[in-house]
Amino acid sequence: MSEIKEKDFRVLTSVTVRFAGDSGDGMQLTGTQFSDTTAWIGNDLNTLPDYPAEIRAPAGTLYGVSGFQLHFGSEDVHTPGDVPDVLVAMNPAALKKNLWELKKDGVIIVNSDSFDQKNLKLAHFDSNPLEDESLSGYDLYKVPITTLTANALEGLPLSPKEVSRCKNFFALGLMYWLYDRPIKNTEDWIKEKFSKKPEYVAANTKALQAGYNFGEMTEVFTTRYKVEAAKLPRGIYRNISGNEATALGFLTASVKSGLPLFLGSYPITPASEILQYLSSYKNFGVKTVQAEDEIAGITSAIGAAFTGHLAITNTSGPGLVLKTEAIGLAVMTELPLVVIDVQRGGPSTGLPTKTEQADLLQAIYGRNGEAPVCVLAARTPRDCFYMAIEASRIALKYMTPVILLTDGYLGNGSEPWRIPHLNEIPDIEVKFRTDPEGFYPYLRDKNLSRPWAIPGTPGLEHRIGGLEKSDIYGNVSYDPDNHDKMVKLRTEKIKRIVNDIPDLKVDGDDEGDLLVLGWGSTYGTIIDAVIKARNSGLKLSYAHLRYLNPLPKNTGEVLKKFKKILIPEINLGQLARVIRSEYLIQVEQLNLVRGLPFKVNDILGKITELLGGGNGK
Amino acid sequence: MANSTDTTKQNYTAKDFTSDQDVRWCPGCGDYSILAQVQRTFPDLIETAKDKVVWISGIGCSSRFPYYMNTYGFHGIHGRAPIIASGVKIANPDLSVWVATGDGDLLSIGGNHFIHACRKNVDIKVLLFNNRIYGLTKGQYSPTSEKGKVTKTTPFGSVDYPFNPISLGLGSDATFVARSIDRNPKHMQEMIKRVGQHRGLALLEIFQNCNIFNDGAFSVLTEKDTKDDHVLILEHGKPMVFGKNMDKGIKLDGPHPVVVDISNGKYSKDDLWVHNEFADTPVHAMILAHLDDRPEFPTPIGVFRQYFKETYDGGIKSQIEKIIEKKGKGDLEKVLFGGNTWEVS
Repeated sequence: MSEIKEKDFRVLTSVTVRFAGDSGDGMQLTGTQFSDTTAWIGNDLNTLPDYPAEIRAPAGTLYGVSGFQLHFGSEDVHTPGDVPDVLVAMNPAALKKNLWELKKDGVIIVNSDSFDQKNLKLAHFDSNPLEDESLSGYDLYKVPITTLTANALEGLPLSPKEVSRCKNFFALGLMYWLYDRPIKNTEDWIKEKFSKKPEYVAANTKALQAGYNFGEMTEVFTTRYKVEAAKLPRGIYRNISGNEATALGFLTASVKSGLPLFLGSYPITPASEILQYLSSYKNFGVKTVQAEDEIAGITSAIGAAFTGHLAITNTSGPGLVLKTEAIGLAVMTELPLVVIDVQRGGPSTGLPTKTEQADLLQAIYGRNGEAPVCVLAARTPRDCFYMAIEASRIALKYMTPVILLTDGYLGNGSEPWRIPHLNEIPDIEVKFRTDPEGFYPYLRDKNLSRPWAIPGTPGLEHRIGGLEKSDIYGNVSYDPDNHDKMVKLRTEKIKRIVNDIPDLKVDGDDEGDLLVLGWGSTYGTIIDAVIKARNSGLKLSYAHLRYLNPLPKNTGEVLKKFKKILIPEINLGQLARVIRSEYLIQVEQLNLVRGLPFKVNDILGKITELLGGGNGK
Repeated sequence: MANSTDTTKQNYTAKDFTSDQDVRWCPGCGDYSILAQVQRTFPDLIETAKDKVVWISGIGCSSRFPYYMNTYGFHGIHGRAPIIASGVKIANPDLSVWVATGDGDLLSIGGNHFIHACRKNVDIKVLLFNNRIYGLTKGQYSPTSEKGKVTKTTPFGSVDYPFNPISLGLGSDATFVARSIDRNPKHMQEMIKRVGQHRGLALLEIFQNCNIFNDGAFSVLTEKDTKDDHVLILEHGKPMVFGKNMDKGIKLDGPHPVVVDISNGKYSKDDLWVHNEFADTPVHAMILAHLDDRPEFPTPIGVFRQYFKETYDGGIKSQIEKIIEKKGKGDLEKVLFGGNTWEVS
C-alpha cells in the first residue's frame, strides 16, 4: 500500500447534493443508496428524485437526464434543498441541465471520460466546458470515472457494456469517501440485490470500493466533509418514501381494524409503487388486484367494501378523473373506501413524473350531483403513513369514501422516520351489523353512518345501488322531499367529521400581521421559509392543513386573527379559493406550477414582500 | 341466528327469493320470464345459506333485477357490474355471485370489464339479457343490433356490425358459454342450473324480447310455426338435429357445417355432428357461435362450451394461503422495523 494521506475534514451542518446522469446511468439508485446510508448514520434528510417520463431516452441527450437531489444535515431538514452545493454530473447533458441551479461556488464532480465530441454536441455545448473558462467560478473535479471503473474491474468476466454500467457505484463510492459515509450499507445491498449473479456482486462492489479508494489515495481532493448525526428524538429509525409509508399505513390500518385489505389498482406514475409494495404483503391476507383499467380498480374495491373489506384504490390525477363516477357510487351507497391520489403535473397526461397540487378542487368537488367526500392530505413522506391510517379510520367510521392526497414529491421523496410501535397506534373499531331485528339499510347511527351489513350475514339481505334511496329503508325512491333530505343528510354526515378531527394548530403567535397557511407537501419548505424569515427579524405565524374537507372547526377563527393570510400552493390558488368561499376573507396567493416543490427562497421572498421589509424589528 | 343457514338444507321456495319490491318492467317484457325462471331455479341451486347469494348489476332495464331478488344486491353503475362482482367474489370466495346485465351494459360501455373477467376466469355468473336495443334510454341501437337497424339514433339504418356475445365470450376464454331464450322457460331453467353449478366465469346469453322498442326481434326463434326450423337445441353427446319434423341435421365437412336432410335416406343421424360441450379447444364452439351467420342455418341454444381451470378468486386465495404457510402469518412490527434501521438513543 502506498502512503495514505490524512486529509482535512470540514464540518458542515447541512449539504445539498444532486446526482445527475443519463436515464440509464442509475442515478435514482445512486441517490437512493446515498440517502439510505446517510439516514442510517443518523443525518436528517429529505430527497427529491427528478426523472423524465421517458424510461431510456437516447443516451447523452438533455431530455434523457435523470436527477436525484438530497439534502442532509445535522439539524432538522425539511426540504430537498433550494440550491445544490454539489453536483455529480455523469455526462455533459447532466452538467448542462443542472449547472444553472448549482450554488455559485459549488462543487462539480464530472465524469470527464464522457465529455467527448459526440456527447458535447448532444448537450449543445459549443466548446468543452472542462477546458474553457466557463466553470472557473466552481470547484471543479474532473474524474475519468469510466476509465477508472474499467481499470478496477479488469479481469472480471463482464462485457464492456456491463463494466460501464458499474460506474455509478464508483461515483457513489467517491461521494461516500468525500462525505465520510461507510460503504458497508451499500455493499450489503449489492449482495442481496444480485444474489443470483455473483459476477455483478463482485463488479459493483469493486467499483464502489474503487471510488472510495480513489478519494483516499489520490491528491485530487484536499478536503473531506463531515456532517454529524442530527439530534433526532430517541427511537428506531428507517428511511422511508411517501409511497412506501402510504402502503405501510394501509397495512397497519388493516391490522388495527381487523379487516383484510383490498387494493384495486391500475398502474400509473407516480402511484404504482403503492400497488407494488402492497402486493408483497400477501401473508397479511392483503388482496391486490391489478385491474384492467382505473375504473375497474375502484369498482372492484367498491365490491370488496360491500363485502366487508378495508377497500382502497390508488391513482394519480388522470386516474382520479376516471374514478369520478365510481366515487359518486360509493357516496350514494355509503360504503367505506379510500382513494389515494398521488398528484402529478396536469392537465391530461401533463408531467407524469413531476409533482403538483392541482387536484384539490377535483378531490373536494369533482363529481356530478352533490357528492361530498372527506379529503385529507399528507404533508411529508412519513406523514403518509399516519394519514393512510386516518383516512381508513374516517372511511370505516363514517361509511364514506375518503380521498387522500399525496403527490409525486412526497411519494418518491424520502426522509428518516421514527418507527412507531404498534401499541402507539390506536385500534380502529369496526362493527358489522348482524342483528336482523330492526335492521334497515339506511337507518343511521349518531354519526349519521348507515349500518354495514355484509353478504353472508343471515337475515340481512338487502339491496343498495346508485339510484337514490329512501331514507331509513333504502328502497329506490324518486320522492322529491326524500331526495332533498338524503342530499342534506349525506352532506351533514361529512360535515360532522369536523367533531372528530384535531383543531388547526398555529406555529407562532395566534394573531398578527401574517399567517402562512399551507397544505400537503409544501410543509417543509414553508417551515424553512418561516424560520428564515423569523431569523431575519420578521414576525409571522404558520399553520398547515391536513384535513381539507371538512376543514378543522377552528380554521375560520384562526384566520380572522391575522391581517394577512398567505397561501403558497403548487397550483393556481385552489386552497385559496376554498378558503375565500368558506370564510369570506381575502387571502394572498403564491403560485408556482413548475412541476417541482417550491424553493424556500420563493416563499421567503413573498413573505418579505407582504411584510413590507419588516414588522418585528 | 348467525351462521345457522350455513350447512342446513333450507328447503327454500321461489317466494324466498322474491323481494317485497314491485316489479317495474313494462308489461310483456321478456325480463319477467328471466326473473321467474331464476326464482324457480334457485331453490334447487341454493339449498343452504341464501345470505351467501349476491346479485350485481350495471345500468339498464335488466339491471333493476337485483331489487327484485330477496338476496344481497348491488345496483352498480353503467358497464361495471362484472368488475364490482369480481371485487365481491375476490373479497369473499364463499359467496355465490351473479350478474344481471344487458347488451349495452355488458358489451358496449362494459366491454372491457367483461372480456377481462372472462380472461381471469373470475367465478361469477353473468346473465346477459340481450334484447338488441337500448330500452331504458328509449330505443337506440345497441352493440348487438343487426346492421341496418333503424332506430332513433340511426334513422337511415345503422352501419356498424353487431357483436356476437357467444363468440366474444368464447374468444375471451370464458369457461362456460351458453344461450337460452326468454320464451323457453324449461330450457332457461336448465341453463340457469348449469350456470349455477359451474365454477368459473359463466356467460348465459338470453334472447329477451323488448316489446316496446324492438318487438319481435327473436320471434322467428319463439313463434310456434317457425321456431323448430330455426332453433338448434344443443345437447352434449347428441347429434345436431332440428326442424319441425326433426328431419334436418348439421353435418361437419372439415371445418364447414352443412345442413342435411335426414329424412330421405341419403343421410342418417350417424352422419351428423355430435355436440361436445367439453371440447379441449373453443374451435367447434366457435363454429357453432357463427352457425347462423348464414340464413339457412338454425340458431343454436344450449351450452356451447364448458371447461375448467383455476378461478382468479381461487388463485388469489390459494396464493395467500401458500405464502402464509411458507412465511407464516404477517407480523406487522417485523415489517415496520424491517430493512435498514438505526437507533437514536
